[in-house]
Amino acid sequence: MSTSSTINTGPALKLPEKHYLNASYGIRSWLLTTDHKRIALLYLASVTFFFFIGGFFAMMIRLHLMSPYGTLLSADTYNRMFTMHGVTMVFFFLIPSIPAVLGNFLIPLMVGAKDLAFPKINLLSWYIYIIGGSFTLYSMMTGGLDTGWTFYTPLSTIYSNSAVAPAVVGVFITGFSSILTGLNFLVTVHTMRAPGMTWFRLPLFVWAHYATSVVMILGTPVIAITLGLAAMERVFGLGFFNPAMGGDPILFQHLFWFYSHPAVYIMILPAMGVISELIPTFARKKLFGYHFVAAASLAIAVIGFLVWAHHMFLTGQSTYAALAFSFLTFLVAIPSAVKVFNWTATLFGGSISFDTPMLYAFGFLGLFLVGGLTGLFLGCLGIDMHVHDTYFVVAHFHYIMVGGAVMGYLGGLHFWWPKITGRKYPEWLARIAALVLFVGFNLTFFPQFVLGYLGMPRRYHVYPPEFQVYNVMSTAGASILAVGYLLPMIYLMWAAFYGEVAGNNPWPATGLEWTTPSPPPTENFEVTPVVTWEAYDFHNRPELGLDVLGVPRHGGMLPAHGDD
Amino acid sequence: MHRTGALYGQFETLEQQKETASLGMWIFLVTEVMFFGGIMLAYTINRHTYYHAFAMGSQTLSIQLGTLNTGVLLASSFTMAMAVWAAQVGKKKLIPLFLALTIVLGFIFFGVKYVEYAQKFHHHLVPGRNFDIAYCVNNPSQCEDINAKDMEKEREELTAAMEADPDLNAHAQLYYSAYFGMTGLHALHMIIGAGLLFWLLRGSLAGRFSAEWNTPVDLVGLYWHFVDIVWIYLFPLLYLIDRHK
Repeated sequence: MSTSSTINTGPALKLPEKHYLNASYGIRSWLLTTDHKRIALLYLASVTFFFFIGGFFAMMIRLHLMSPYGTLLSADTYNRMFTMHGVTMVFFFLIPSIPAVLGNFLIPLMVGAKDLAFPKINLLSWYIYIIGGSFTLYSMMTGGLDTGWTFYTPLSTIYSNSAVAPAVVGVFITGFSSILTGLNFLVTVHTMRAPGMTWFRLPLFVWAHYATSVVMILGTPVIAITLGLAAMERVFGLGFFNPAMGGDPILFQHLFWFYSHPAVYIMILPAMGVISELIPTFARKKLFGYHFVAAASLAIAVIGFLVWAHHMFLTGQSTYAALAFSFLTFLVAIPSAVKVFNWTATLFGGSISFDTPMLYAFGFLGLFLVGGLTGLFLGCLGIDMHVHDTYFVVAHFHYIMVGGAVMGYLGGLHFWWPKITGRKYPEWLARIAALVLFVGFNLTFFPQFVLGYLGMPRRYHVYPPEFQVYNVMSTAGASILAVGYLLPMIYLMWAAFYGEVAGNNPWPATGLEWTTPSPPPTENFEVTPVVTWEAYDFHNRPELGLDVLGVPRHGGMLPAHGDD
Repeated sequence: MHRTGALYGQFETLEQQKETASLGMWIFLVTEVMFFGGIMLAYTINRHTYYHAFAMGSQTLSIQLGTLNTGVLLASSFTMAMAVWAAQVGKKKLIPLFLALTIVLGFIFFGVKYVEYAQKFHHHLVPGRNFDIAYCVNNPSQCEDINAKDMEKEREELTAAMEADPDLNAHAQLYYSAYFGMTGLHALHMIIGAGLLFWLLRGSLAGRFSAEWNTPVDLVGLYWHFVDIVWIYLFPLLYLIDRHK
């Protein structure tokens, strides 16, 4: 039986007999697995869980903000809602999501290896994430957290009456999950590539995760020590951030943002990696400027470490320091722009199709553009003076994190769902859900740009009544957005069991992962692949069933793609 | 479940496996550098701002004990390197010997540290707990473990420092925050290291390590040397501020 055949001309496809999902049964085979694919699914379940928790807090925020007078929640409770929304979403959803779910599943497949370099450390990573998450959930149930996800001192170290210590311990522990995942990825890319898989033949998804891993390795230990020092101060009375002893709360901010700025690149680089896979596939065209996009990923990672104090323009820093950080902030936008230009150039002259993953990719392009440009406004000192700590900032980062990173995550989940489960999701329902999500997202967050510019501060539980119309629009949008999230949650689960069998390469796409059966066997490749083709090379791969223009040949892989 | 050099499934060759493990440990050590780096930054900024308080704090540390501990750790790095060498040349009987020596030296370090910490608690030098930088100078009978000459030096230093910085008592707590924070973190890493050494000792007594395969010894060696290097930084930073008189 030719399991590598990708031409579908005959009767309905069937799932492979043995694959990683049915290789062994029982809860122990999942909780003690070292198979990167199963670990990816363990992460999928847990990040989805935390996404809903974070979403619950978001719902509370938006419901409360329907009224200008703060009638739903008290000020203290409101503080807890936005804090726990931020902590959950940043540390337990955005940072792990794409690397831990898609990265874990795909990187060994994409480099042609049987697993990651350290499979047991991979499992340990997940357990550390769960333990950290448990501490944080514990803090949420025993007093909550009201310091903002930024834990600024002296509120977090001295004055807060909320459960700061367990929350900080939880985040600290989860940081190790990040570090170990990054370590695993870095080493895997260096030492486990298949013969012929040179650095410049790697998919850009891998480059993006490599750059992300560099940031994880260099940045996460700094938040660890920062939170460690804050915890030491709260519990044992050490004084680095305590003015009474001569300490400085601003030192906390410097240390905190030294990690937390690069952290946002941990959140976006993997999404960019997904987009770099989606666009060539659905434009049937080689990515434009491969080397530039790869270099841009590394440039973002490096320059990203140099801009942290743009979060601190209003703390009284010297004008010269502010100038330097403002300039560097503008600089860090350049590699991101290079990527957007290269993706757009890839579309030009391509044979574009509008399958669901591509809809998410288009959504990403537009929304990331808005988010990125508004980031430049914020990096501009004069403007930041006016909009710092307002909803303008909130809108900016939600455009990037939700409009960018979450779109990338969902696009990737849809794109690789056939590989992960062996089955396709329902295409028309998925397209509708993507549209609902897009509309809901913009209705939620665009009014927030207006609100911020008009002066509504963030993290306040009340606001001037003239802002109510925008807040109501935002809440309405949030409810639509929620539907946009629930739909995929439901149909992806359904499709995993009842979807149409997908075959090895339903799109078709060019990566090594698509040469394996769907779902892949536990050892990924029966025979170690030998790579002789360049990345995204649609034209020299006859087995993909595409003609010179990237159009499926008669009897090629797909029924005309997307139209089921 | 004891391995004696079998190839793990995800690797093609033993060479690849060894290279991978080594790269993994080096990258982990990079994360440790960033971790300690954060507290080093806090130390640097505060020492620059409150020099007199830091100099005074340093004065209260025992240079003798610090030097002893430095020597002990350097020796332990030597014995660790000897353990790695013994593994590499296949002298299986020597591996547990050198590992045991390293552990003993590590415990001597802990012992000295315990004495030093206990002293700080007795002398009211723990931030937030009745902290009083002048306690020993004002109550010499409570601080019998400081000899007369050192006490005299401390008194001089204290007077000069109080003049230079009227808020000395507050700021000195920052020095001790750095002292306990940095040496505490370091000690925690040494405890983990000691645990790893015990694990290696068990393995070496069971004959697991050979010239063909000794990766765990190699990697723990790297970790132990790193912990040693951190101390080499900590010693001058904490014990040797303004001591050249």
